[in-house]
Amino acid sequence: MEEAGEIKKIMYVNRKAPYGTIYALEALEVVLIGAAFEQDVCMMFLDDGVFQLKKGQDTKGLGVKNFSPTYRALEMYDVEKIYVEKESMEVRGLTADDLIIPVEVKSNKEVIEMMSDMDVLLNF
Amino acid sequence: MKFGIMINEGPYTHQASDTAYNFVIAALGKGHEIYRIFFYHDGVNNGTRYTTPPQDDRNIVNRWSELAEKHEIDLVICVAAAQRRGIADADEAKRNGKDGDNIAPGFRISGLGQLLEASIQADRTMVFGD
Repeated sequence: MEEAGEIKKIMYVNRKAPYGTIYALEALEVVLIGAAFEQDVCMMFLDDGVFQLKKGQDTKGLGVKNFSPTYRALEMYDVEKIYVEKESMEVRGLTADDLIIPVEVKSNKEVIEMMSDMDVLLNF
Repeated sequence: MKFGIMINEGPYTHQASDTAYNFVIAALGKGHEIYRIFFYHDGVNNGTRYTTPPQDDRNIVNRWSELAEKHEIDLVICVAAAQRRGIADADEAKRNGKDGDNIAPGFRISGLGQLLEASIQADRTMVFGD
């Protein structure tokens, strides 16, 4: 494990819909494993990535596992900074009330500023 | 500068692996260090030695193996992503009851922690993907 005292600001950037590709699921696996490293992490959901947090996901017809309840476990992993881009939600007709966990809504301008402030951006 | 590299797409299907390779060559040429290259998602398919492209095309897998040997670069394939996609070393093959392994020389299979550790240790993390 990393040496004590070296804390980096890491943003997990989630840009893709939850199903159709495996990116969202495997991104979540990185976040959960990454929690053990006790870094200053946050998650950003933008573009179709905002659908990952949508309430009422039903994957029966797809025949794949609905992994959306796992997002509720993030808090237990001390992943508490969860951001959603305002514009991405708006163009998809979503509001924060449609999401399964509490999030902070950020404008595109704020997202850009936050990204500039990160040490590490892991894009999925 | 010390770079950590993440490759998220498979060879041939996607440009990511080629771009990452060219980046690594350029970085080494400028005297930078490559701390680790971590293969995730379909990127794990960069590490199977069964890859057999047409003779007039580049061999992306061999290219990584040669690079690793020449510059002692740590090529790490994510174990969870590899299991889904059928990439195995001898230990993994045995553990999962498979009849053989297919990992290419210079690669090793390990956990996602290797990605996080590289991100922490490196000065810059570069992600190559879609």
